[in-house]
Amino acid sequence: MAQGNNSIKKILIVAFALCIVCSVIVSTAAVALRPAQQLNQELDRKTNILNVAKLYEPGMDVEATFSNQITARVVEMESGEYTDEFDPNTFNNFEAARDPATGRTLSGEKDIAGLSRVENYSTVYLIGDENDPEQIVLPIRGQGLWGLMRGFISVEGDGNTIVSITYYEHSETPGLGAEVNNPRWQAQWEGKRIYDEEGDLSPEIHLTKGGASNEYEVDALSGATLTSNGVTNMLQFWLSEEGFGPYLAKFRSGTDPEDAEDTDTNFEDVEGA
Amino acid sequence: MADVNAKGVLTAPIFKNNPIALQILGICSALAVTTSMSVSLVMALAVIFVCALSNLFVSLIRNHIPSSIRIIVQMTIIASLVIVVDQILKAYAYEMSKQLSVFVGLIITNCIVMGRAEGFAMSNTPGMSFLDGIGNGLGYGFVLMVVGFFRELLGSGSVFGFTVLPTVQDGGWYVANGLLLLPPSAFFIIGLLIWVLRSLNPEQVEENEFKMKENTQPKEAV
Repeated sequence: MAQGNNSIKKILIVAFALCIVCSVIVSTAAVALRPAQQLNQELDRKTNILNVAKLYEPGMDVEATFSNQITARVVEMESGEYTDEFDPNTFNNFEAARDPATGRTLSGEKDIAGLSRVENYSTVYLIGDENDPEQIVLPIRGQGLWGLMRGFISVEGDGNTIVSITYYEHSETPGLGAEVNNPRWQAQWEGKRIYDEEGDLSPEIHLTKGGASNEYEVDALSGATLTSNGVTNMLQFWLSEEGFGPYLAKFRSGTDPEDAEDTDTNFEDVEGA
Repeated sequence: MADVNAKGVLTAPIFKNNPIALQILGICSALAVTTSMSVSLVMALAVIFVCALSNLFVSLIRNHIPSSIRIIVQMTIIASLVIVVDQILKAYAYEMSKQLSVFVGLIITNCIVMGRAEGFAMSNTPGMSFLDGIGNGLGYGFVLMVVGFFRELLGSGSVFGFTVLPTVQDGGWYVANGLLLLPPSAFFIIGLLIWVLRSLNPEQVEENEFKMKENTQPKEAV
């Protein structure tokens, strides 16, 4: 038996048959389960958006609440205008950043969040009335201590007051950096302000050690300095003129992005100031 | 292998011949996934599933596996099963699969699965091999649950996600021990567990591989 098993013919037959059987099993499982997996990912994304907007309750119908209360739009970052060039339901920020047509490479000193490439367009989620939203949910990402952190920040309709922040993907140290998702830490963000009264596009919000003393400061995570720096850097980046700064500025001035054409010149002045 | 009986094959690996505690196999994943009990449980179930079925399939075709490519054949079977488990978790237990991340995939390299396929399934009947796979999976799962229990209780103050010791961060009194959330802490717990198991079963204590020479007595300098 052993002799017969080790003939070249037998080896080839066994190897070939095994490969065929295993590949059929694996590909069947992958194809059959893909719809359920995509549904899960979609549901996870929507749950996170509802969560950051403080609309999420355990056991709720995520799908229905999402479609009732939330409108997704694609924004051109530089101008802060909505664009209908892309379908907000299928637009993917990460792919857009890689594509030369929709993304750009960041130079060293601008790349404070450690992204190297960033998209020129981004999906935003509007809660409530699309033209006068109660909240705006913005996707953010940047390097933490161990790797890329991806999350959402939700801002009130005034384009300045923070509602909450959450990370749906990160690899920070459990018990230290991973406390970014501790509800007690997240609760401090409510009511904090991104920009000061000067009206420029540079965000003031940052994490600070030893207790937040004003509305632009949030307590840093204890024992997680590098994660805290990462959070500060990614907020400084995404809320500046490189990110959502121009878009949020339209809400701050009280004009709607839809009919903001005539006020555009004012912003040029502000940026120059 | 004269005393291969169903009960022995199924229960021996849990205490008497535990794959982690006695054979010291599969340590890597035991360090990584035991931060909480629910994750440990899913990981244990995944390993039981993979170990039992890989043993079964390897045993079924054991008389046709050419000895020169037997390791590759075993790996192919194990890898296929692991991918299926990974896909199922992604489809039906998405939160869990996010927490387990790469460690489901790494079951492929778990020495327990490979060791049982090579060491038991290649020379035993399919039924016995299947039970042996379940038994070793249970032995692995037992250690995982014990380690997970201590790490979650002392590291996060909870058991299966239910708060037992309210932590300071959540307004309670318990200062969580952060070390227990980091992988090295599992070494301590596994070490203590091995000590307990070997104290209960002294026959598990291995012979010294070599004996150290006694210190020479320094003669008083005269």
